[in-house]
Amino acid sequence: MPTQEEIYSKVSATLVEALNVDEEDIKPTSTLQGDLGAESIDFLDIVFRLEREFGIKIPRGELFPESIFQGDPDFVANGRVTPKGLEELRAKMPFADLTQFEKNPDVNKLSDLFTVDLITRYLHNKLSK
Amino acid sequence: MRWIWIDHFLEFHSGKYARTVKQLSLAEHHFAQHFPGYPVMPASLILEGLAQTGGILVGEASQFQEKVVLAKVPRAVFHREMLAGETLIYEAEILHLRPEGAAVNCRVLVEGQVTAEAEIFFAYLDQNRSQQLFGKDNFVFGGELRHIVERWTRKVDRAKSPAEGG
Repeated sequence: MPTQEEIYSKVSATLVEALNVDEEDIKPTSTLQGDLGAESIDFLDIVFRLEREFGIKIPRGELFPESIFQGDPDFVANGRVTPKGLEELRAKMPFADLTQFEKNPDVNKLSDLFTVDLITRYLHNKLSK
Repeated sequence: MRWIWIDHFLEFHSGKYARTVKQLSLAEHHFAQHFPGYPVMPASLILEGLAQTGGILVGEASQFQEKVVLAKVPRAVFHREMLAGETLIYEAEILHLRPEGAAVNCRVLVEGQVTAEAEIFFAYLDQNRSQQLFGKDNFVFGGELRHIVERWTRKVDRAKSPAEGG
């Protein structure tokens, strides 16, 4: 079982390859889309690389759940994630830190949840099982 | 000019690996300009040949039911220029194949030497969306690319039963 630092360092190297960014631009708090410029297709590329790097299988939607907020009025109302939506987020992404997001659950801020730290925590959870 | 940048298949292992050949002929129009007196195969067209080899490999895995499009090239390295008169061998090996997309590792060889390497990432166009945009036809795997695969299939069939194939 690799340490959190070892996982972080491999995640960082993976993002350098997938997103063509410099290693020094990657911080634990960097958001994949906002800070590192990831586009939708890059998420699948990142998943493939993590699978190779860590020798694991990452099922569709496990690390980057894409379908939670697509047109479900129970989860999103008036541009904000509803309490039921937050519950769904907690269930689908137990590895996400929702503390900040819960204070202002603007649906446009959802992408900010996807940080380098989030990937590291996800892998740490997965590898420790 | 037709947008076909491979000549034919040398090997095809469904869902795994394919090898094609591209003979660079001075008769090709682009060599007149790229460059006058020094006919270098443009790297972008080599990449296109690799993408066609890998794209057919990925498309065949779903019997060409999906529209496979090149989504990104995370890595491409060209070790030297490739000139008219040379024979390029394109290799494509599937790294990942999932319903959402595929990653393919590619190499170019000239006389057994690796002259270029690339990783190519393919996505499947969403069926509903692409039908709205492009109709029912599979424009990716139109007649010409399919023809190359079918020619290979016929060759394999003939090899299996030489008596029937004549």
